[in-house]
Amino acid sequence: MSRGGRLAVCAVLVAAAAGLVVFAAMAFVGSTPSTVDFASGHEAGQPVDITVQTVGAIGFGPHPTWVSYLVKDPQGQWVHTTLWQVPAHTRVDMTVMQYDSGSPLRNQQWGRIVGTTGGVADYNGTPESVINSNDTNGVGHTFTIPTLGINVPLVGISPNAKNPCGSAPCTPNFNHNVITFSFETPGPGRYPWQCFVPCGAGYLYGNGGPMSTVGYMGGFLEVEA
Amino acid sequence: MSTATPGGGGEVHHFRRMVAVWVVLSVALDLVYAFVLGPHVPPGTMTSTAANQQSDFNVLFIIAVPVVLAVWVYGAYALITWRASRSGPGDPAADARAHSHLGVQIGWIATTTVLVLGLFVFGLVELVVSTGAGGGQGPDPLWTPTSHEVLPVQVIGQQWAFTFRYPTFGGFETHDLVLPDDTTIAFHVTSLDVIHSFWAYQLGVKADANPSEDNIAYTTTQQVGSFTVRCAELCGLWHGAMFNDGRVVPKDQFMVWAQTTERDSAASTKLLPPFSYTYVPDANGADGGYYPDNVDPYSNVETYGAASPGTSG
Repeated sequence: MSRGGRLAVCAVLVAAAAGLVVFAAMAFVGSTPSTVDFASGHEAGQPVDITVQTVGAIGFGPHPTWVSYLVKDPQGQWVHTTLWQVPAHTRVDMTVMQYDSGSPLRNQQWGRIVGTTGGVADYNGTPESVINSNDTNGVGHTFTIPTLGINVPLVGISPNAKNPCGSAPCTPNFNHNVITFSFETPGPGRYPWQCFVPCGAGYLYGNGGPMSTVGYMGGFLEVEA
Repeated sequence: MSTATPGGGGEVHHFRRMVAVWVVLSVALDLVYAFVLGPHVPPGTMTSTAANQQSDFNVLFIIAVPVVLAVWVYGAYALITWRASRSGPGDPAADARAHSHLGVQIGWIATTTVLVLGLFVFGLVELVVSTGAGGGQGPDPLWTPTSHEVLPVQVIGQQWAFTFRYPTFGGFETHDLVLPDDTTIAFHVTSLDVIHSFWAYQLGVKADANPSEDNIAYTTTQQVGSFTVRCAELCGLWHGAMFNDGRVVPKDQFMVWAQTTERDSAASTKLLPPFSYTYVPDANGADGGYYPDNVDPYSNVETYGAASPGTSG
């Protein structure tokens, strides 16, 4: 092969490699969920209200059958993301609308409410400090920030519910539980949170798929100064 | 400067110079290391195993310093004394004797052999005597503590957090790892799903957490303070977030903490399965819990503060 030919082959290979790198970078950026900003415009001393819902099947996107969290942004729109930006040293009032069913916990330790204001959470208006997942409808998910010592089990709806939600975003017309609790944000930092119920059905030990993909059953609490 | 010539008395002179420089530097650096840096080498001295590991690191370093310096001093001396640009004695590297000095070869091989075999024996001894190595020894440890007061603490790995059970305090489970000072601890490490690794860095303890395995690691606390627990086995998306802070506290504070936590956890403890050294987790996702594997859950040598439920009454 002539020198010119060899150079041309090299140029094509380099261009192909560069294209692959750009494609991979674009794919990564494109697959990263957006961040919902609860910190901007926040008035000092005022609590932040965050409303989320959990659904048994997201119903859209690349994995429509995956279980997932959604969050309501400050404009009132449901957003499919688990990245939340919140102000530091501020009370967060959480409302979880649990549309998914539950099951007994693998480790009942996750049935204990810890790290919230008063060590309790309200389940449809009733304060509880421990959930017995064997007695109730079971626990569908948890909202847990391990590094902050926060854990709240989310009791599932009845397996015989007449009107379960099939895909997100779910409206209050469907069967659901309302779980509310509060906690204080720490100083600035990036705190991972996740569900500790292995709800990735079809994956080994239930911890693959949505349990291992940011945007579904785990994300980050990005605490801003 | 020496006027050494091949075959002349200057060779001995060079050798003595190099040895003198080497001895002075080795002694000086080893002394500085042993008394200034050595006491601060990780993982510290919070436990017997950590202190033992620090001591081992220091022994290795102190032995390595003269070896490294022997090479460096010779190299530096040769570069300075026999570099080609200097007019002086001929380059000994070109001399036939430089390729086959039997005494040097035997000395080097003998010295390094003694060092390597000596460290091999030293390493083996350190693994199984004195205070143990701090590593997981499986369900039948080769080294066991002599103390009659051993606190068993179960470490349960799960994607993606460690929880801890205290069988001699009613078997409560907690996210906080609190240990009493001046006490031998038996960590019983297991997992509910994939393989994790319990690495309590400042405690000098590291043990794999395997499902259905009871991996035992011993240590004895000897300082109060805080330490960090990390998972040291890549175990999935949130592996990097799988860490805890732990504390070693005075014995009386530990008893208060343990008894308070036992009381406060009573409602959730009664929902846990009976304590067992290993469990059989349900692999079918969210359904079902984890179950004792019917192995006798209590050792007759591990009691602390309260009678083991399995032996009381």
